[in-house]
Amino acid sequence: MTATAAATSTEKFSGLVSREVVPPGGRWSRRLETGQRLRIIDLEGQQAVDFLCYSAELPLDRINLPNTIKLNKSLYITKGCKIYSDRAKVLFTVIEDTCGFHDTLAGCCSNEIDLVRYNVKKTKSCRANFIAELATWSMGASEIVPNINFFMRVPFKEDGHVVIADGISKSGDYVELLAGMPVLAVLSNCPQELNPAAGSKPTPIEVIVYNPGSP
Amino acid sequence: MTELLYETVIDGGKHWSFIARRGTLLTLTDRAGGANVGMLFYNPENPLERYNAPDTLKCQQTFRLTRGHCLYSDMGRIFCSVVADTVGWHDTVAGNANKALVAERWGIQTYQDHRNDWTQNGHDAFLVEAGKYGLGRRDLAANVNWFSKVAPAADGTLHFDRTNSPAGSSVALRFEMDTLVLLHTCPHPMYPAGPYPRKPVALQFSKADPVAADDYCLNLRAENGRGFKNNEIYHLCAADAGAHSC
Repeated sequence: MTATAAATSTEKFSGLVSREVVPPGGRWSRRLETGQRLRIIDLEGQQAVDFLCYSAELPLDRINLPNTIKLNKSLYITKGCKIYSDRAKVLFTVIEDTCGFHDTLAGCCSNEIDLVRYNVKKTKSCRANFIAELATWSMGASEIVPNINFFMRVPFKEDGHVVIADGISKSGDYVELLAGMPVLAVLSNCPQELNPAAGSKPTPIEVIVYNPGSP
Repeated sequence: MTELLYETVIDGGKHWSFIARRGTLLTLTDRAGGANVGMLFYNPENPLERYNAPDTLKCQQTFRLTRGHCLYSDMGRIFCSVVADTVGWHDTVAGNANKALVAERWGIQTYQDHRNDWTQNGHDAFLVEAGKYGLGRRDLAANVNWFSKVAPAADGTLHFDRTNSPAGSSVALRFEMDTLVLLHTCPHPMYPAGPYPRKPVALQFSKADPVAADDYCLNLRAENGRGFKNNEIYHLCAADAGAHSC
């Protein structure tokens, strides 16, 4: 489905910095200043959003999921969790979450791993999106590390078995992040149609950056 | 095992690196029990190609590593296969301890006072080894922690299992392509507080048998068959392609 104005959320934001609909398979990035908020809205539900972030001052200091899960003491990201960097600095705090379940385990899809997993040669993937979007900041493939998948569900069993399951996010579910430092946020609106990560039918998201409390 | 070519012991809290040639069998042995070996993998021809823990887990639908699993690069190729394992669960989710965590959990011992028994951390250990190949912070990735088990509960909380690896436990890796290996024997970041855990690990190098058509790792999942095929394509016209064909 293509993005339309009618599909966006209707809430008004004071202090709005940017408000964009990212189509399925699209990519987005922006620098946020300390205290700014990033809201990611799953407009139609069951849409995985692959997310990376970096210190805007020192991009070498970047999202580190092993640190994030250890320091939050949980594999899942939800309200109250912090997103930590290599140096255990707080890049973002999750201040709202209407979904309750975000993945830290499965990483992003790539043309290469989709060939291995599904025996299908693809031309669109989150890794390709990340490479292209990072290039706009003069960053490269080396900057791609394990990412968060907002709205994606990866349950696991005690024996260590995991599988990507149907998403549980509903139309309009959102997650809101508070920037703890100047930070570069990069996301790929997952184009994956071969598993339930994006409901097997990728859909648009809305991405909003604003200054809370500003007129 | 085939003829032993080289054996060494890395004491706890140390680090090392080497290029394992395709067809090498590396056996790690936890001598005292409770060891941890942090490990990262790169393609020495193009170090941008490195170990990808999420791809490794999702394409084999597993949270743990054990016999039969292949360790994937972010290019869909296989660095190495786990051909033998007495442990049953190795972690690739919890990452490293850094300097601050080591100081908080196990205290600080300086080189001046303790010589080689100073309290090194996994993050800095990787950086030192990576630097020897022109690699740095941007090249680090989520690593394997051999011999360590971190199990999730249903609510997503994580638990470190201190009894996972008894003394004498071993795991064997067969390298499916030339691979730059960075390793350390520093404590796992979730090992409990107390004295700095200092666990020696033996490394044995030998030549692996060629990958047979009925190889366990190759046949564990259809995905692994395609991963091996990617390696085969990568090695087209390689001098040893016939001797070690996939």
